Formats: sequence, structure tokens, C-alpha cells
Amino acid sequence: MAESLLDIRNLTVEFDTASGPFRAVDSVDFNVAEGDVLAIVGESGSGKSVAMLAVMGLLPKTATVTADLMRFGDHDLAAMTAKERRQVIGRDITMIFQEPMSSLNPCFTVGFQLGEALKTHLGMNRAARRARAIELLEEVGIPEPEPRLSAFPHQLSGGMSQRVMIAMAIACRPKLLVADEPSTALDVTIQAQILDLLLSLQRETGMALVLITHDMGVVAETARRVVVQYAGQQVERQDVGPLFSSPHHPYTAALLAALPERATSDRLPQIPGTVPGIGDQPDGCRFNPRCTFTTDLCRQQVPPRQTSVFGEALCHYPLGKGGTAA
Amino acid sequence: MLAFLLRRIGLLIPTFIGVTIAAFGFIRLLPGDPVLLMAGERGLTPERHAELLKQFGFDRPIYEQYFDYLVGVLQGDLGNSLVTKKPVFEEFFTLFPATLELSICAIIFAIALGLPAGIIAAVKRGSVFDHSVMSTALVGYSMPIFWLGLLFIMLFSGLLGWTPVSGRISLLYFFEPVTGLMTVDAFLSGQPGAVRSALSHLILPTIVLGTIPMAVIARQTRSAMLEVLGEDYVRTAKAKGLPPVRVIGLHALRNALIPVITTIGLQVGVLLAGAILTETIFSWPGIGKWIVDSISRRDYPSVQGGLLMIAVIVMLVNLTVDVLYGLVNPRIRHQR
Repeated sequence: MAESLLDIRNLTVEFDTASGPFRAVDSVDFNVAEGDVLAIVGESGSGKSVAMLAVMGLLPKTATVTADLMRFGDHDLAAMTAKERRQVIGRDITMIFQEPMSSLNPCFTVGFQLGEALKTHLGMNRAARRARAIELLEEVGIPEPEPRLSAFPHQLSGGMSQRVMIAMAIACRPKLLVADEPSTALDVTIQAQILDLLLSLQRETGMALVLITHDMGVVAETARRVVVQYAGQQVERQDVGPLFSSPHHPYTAALLAALPERATSDRLPQIPGTVPGIGDQPDGCRFNPRCTFTTDLCRQQVPPRQTSVFGEALCHYPLGKGGTAA
Repeated sequence: MLAFLLRRIGLLIPTFIGVTIAAFGFIRLLPGDPVLLMAGERGLTPERHAELLKQFGFDRPIYEQYFDYLVGVLQGDLGNSLVTKKPVFEEFFTLFPATLELSICAIIFAIALGLPAGIIAAVKRGSVFDHSVMSTALVGYSMPIFWLGLLFIMLFSGLLGWTPVSGRISLLYFFEPVTGLMTVDAFLSGQPGAVRSALSHLILPTIVLGTIPMAVIARQTRSAMLEVLGEDYVRTAKAKGLPPVRVIGLHALRNALIPVITTIGLQVGVLLAGAILTETIFSWPGIGKWIVDSISRRDYPSVQGGLLMIAVIVMLVNLTVDVLYGLVNPRIRHQR
């Protein structure tokens, strides 16, 4: 087993809102080894992005981040000053986002935006930056990289923009790349290309990859380990194989059952209801209003964390355990 | 870019004609006529009045007078002042440097204070600084220029005696105008204390004239920055580990400047309108004061010519702003 790279324990993020504090992320743990591929799955609003933005230190001031441990390599992220943290962010940990078109600054050329991290973190001069930028564009599969350097973002397609974002993210050979729904905003054909690109870059460079997604299909193709997140909590943590063959949390099972490939009838099964938002968090288990196995216990008591045998599921009655309500 | 420029210049033609009609029409809507005002209190017989009107050509149908005027304008002839008999064009350019000097100082003052105030207010949104800047801006924006001017004169010139009340330079100094800009001429004259005197005369009118543009620029900058700071590319810039100065001052500001530049361009029109009041209050011998004097004398050619020239300047500034807009915004530059 490779050495642990990112170790986050008991991370909680709260936002000050007009209707009181809202806990978007509720005591989550992440452990990413060097060269590992971790997928974080969940519906919109489950706090997947917020958790990683907290690690990056990119949340607005209205957010309060607490954690027992936030370690990246030798760095204690929680104890670092903003300035020290900026030495790590953008060099060793980088991030790409859901909307590639709006994530690039419309006022600057591709070459300029690519060169920035190189200049800030590696102190490269203009000629070296240009050469490296061309290399990077080649690496992410952009044809004719040289003329592209002087292109503005509005002259690029969505897929091309995401490739540029990836090139920017890998510019300083990061140890960890966080990809926040990198293919969601793209055409289906382009989605696969972008994921393939991320995976091949991950294999070539040996960097770790955290992939935030709501697409179970993407998870199956890419991840080694999977964290399933629901309403700010991690409800299950498993390796990808066992997760798909024997999910332990009813939510995971329901997500998997909704995959078109697994459909057994004409109509796809669905999970009734929506993710609870601010102010309507249920008591007990947060999934209880939508779960098919709910009992009174689920409505009253917060479920315990099961052992790794049962996917570390946050559930009173994990699937596969004898004596379940099912 | 060339097509864009030509199209913009083409749009100026109807605006120009509209301005000539407005300038020509409005002054004639005022009661009284130049002949009566020239005669003054002595009065004159109706026969003599009719004779003089005929002599100036004011008895002809108004459209004929307008047509003659327009033909003159197109040939670069704005006519002669009825009072001084000198060409309006010449009068205008004798006085224009004074207004130019005041306007430039006022807009520099407005940008130098308004832009940073707006940026800091946006970055520190909801802070004491933000609230005080925004309320100051609101007060500045709502304050009538003539009243602010009089208050300033009372306080700084009267009570404190820090600044002179009116004019462009102390009577102790005299030199021939070279550029027409008093501060520059004072410097060129080499007379000790002249520059200081010119600056001390300039400071109050500058603040009075620059206050409204400063308030507008501060507010516009703040709202543009607030919008831009929430954009994805600002998050990207932060994710690169760039220092805040670069994230705010380069990535955010460059985008926020696009609407701000438009605003600054529009303020030039406000500035020239404000100059009319400011110059009158401070007896600043520029075109603003000249137009006010010309209106009260019903000096038709001077008023028409002055308004037309101001309108042309505003149009040219706006054209420049549109071109600048293309330069800062690549999305516009690449439009075909």
C-alpha cells in the first residue's frame, strides 16, 4: 500500500445563512493514498464539492471549517497561514471544476493563464513558460498547441476548455488533482474523452485523483475507492468492486438500482423525494424519509458507523447483515 | 474591428444632426431676442427693432435660418458672436483649455478615489469601510453641485482661508498663455509660486466637479467587482494559489473594468454639464461660464456653437470609450 497523501478526519463545514447555521458537510473523513483514485458520489447538495473546496481553502468567509485532522503530505493544512497554504494549493493540490467555459478568465489568453502557476510556483521565465505551456497542451491532447496559446477562452469549445483547465491543473506536476464533476457540463462523447484523459494522466504521472461525481457509471470506470455521500454525511465507504457487488447502505443500493444497465423492467427504479435542504433535516437517519427499510429506530436515533465489513455504512440495518428489517 | 469602428462613426451622423436642431431650437424658445438685450434699458422703437432683426436675418423663416446655419456648420463656420463679433470657433478654443484643465483634474480625482474605494468596498463587503464608502457616495451623488460649491467656498475659502475664492491664478502673476492650461503655463513661465497659486485655485473646483463622477464610479466599481468576485474564474485563480493582490487586482478587476470604463465615458458628459455650474460658481473662465453668459445675452451663434462643440466632444469621448471597450474585452474585439 502506497503512503497516505491526504488525511482528513472529522471535517465539518457550516455556512452562516439568514435562517441560521447550515451544516453542509458533517464530520466526513478522507484518506487518499499516493497514486490513489477516490470517487466521491452523491446527489446535488450532498456536500461533495464543499468538502473538497474546504480542503483547498476556497470556501467563502461565511463558511466555518473544523476538522480533527487536515493533513496533506507533511503539511498540516489547518495550521497553515493563508500564505503558506497558497504555496501548496495550485502546486501540489490542484482542482478542476464543473463548468470549464466559465472557469477560464475571459480576459486573458490560454497561454497567459497556463503560465501563471508556472511563474508563481516554479518561477519560470517567459520562454520556459511558453515551452512548458506548449508541452502541457500537447499532453492534454490539444492539436496545434502553439497557436492556441494566444487564443481567448471564448474561442474554445467546452471540451477544449476543460482540457486547458486540466493542463493548468497538472502544470506543476501535482501530487493530488481534485476533479469536481469534470465532465458533467460536457457532451456525452466529450465526457468519456475527458475522463480517459484524466485517468491516463493519473497513470502516467502517478498523481492521486479525487473525482467528485453523481454518475455511478463514471465511478465504475474510474475509481479504486468510493465514498458515497448523502446530505453532508458519508453513508458508505468501500473499494469499487465490493461496492458494486454488495452495497451495504440502502442509499448506495438504490443509486445502483437506478443505473440503466441494471434495469430489470421497462421503468427505471427511482429514489422518491429529494435531498433535505436547510431547515428540513430529519431526525435520526437523514435518509429515513426516502428509505424503503425505515423503522421507528431510524426516525429516532442517529445511526452508528458500521465496520468495514459492512462498508463503514452509516445505517442501523446495513444490507447483508443478518436480522435486518429487510 | 475596422467595420465596428466605421459602424460606430456612421451612428454619429444622425446624433450630430439632432444636436444641431436641439441647439438651434432651444435657445430660440427663450423669451426675448438678442436685439432687445443689446439695446438694454434704453429701449428702442419698434421700427428700429424690426430693422435690426432684419439686419441680423432673424426675420426670415426659422427653417431658412436653420438651413443657413447647418450649411455654415458643415463648412466649419459656427458664425460670429453677436456680442464680441469674433468667430464662435475662436472664442470656444480660447476658453476651452480652462474647461479641459478642470475636467481632466476632476475625472482624475474621481477615478483615483472612486475606483480603489469601490474595489476595497467590494472585497470587504459588509464591513464598516464598505458602509461608509457607500453612504458617502450616496451623499456625494445626491448633493447639488452649486450647493456643494458654495459650502466649500464658505468653509475652505471663507472660514479657513486655505484656498482662493475664484479665478484660475492669483493676480500677482501674469504670463502669456502657451497651452491654455494654467498649471502648465505657470510651470513654463518659471515665475516662483505661480504653479502653487494655480493649483490652489484648481483644487476646490476639481473636488466640486469630481464628486458626482467619483460617487458614480465608486458604486459602479463596487457592484461590478461584487459580481465578478463570485465568478468561477476567480475561484480558478484562487485555486492556482495566486496571491490575493493578483486574484483581485488582475483576474477580477480586469473583468470588472469593462462596465466601469463605460461608466467613466458617460461621466464625461456629466462632467461638462457640471462644468457649467462649477465654472459659474468659481468664476472659472471656461466654456461653461461662457455659455451661461451667452444664454443670458441671447447670443444665438455662441450658444449654438458652444452646445454643438460640447456635444461633439462627448460623442468623440464615447466613441473612444467604445474602442477602449473592445480593447479590454476580447469577446467584443473578436465579434465580426
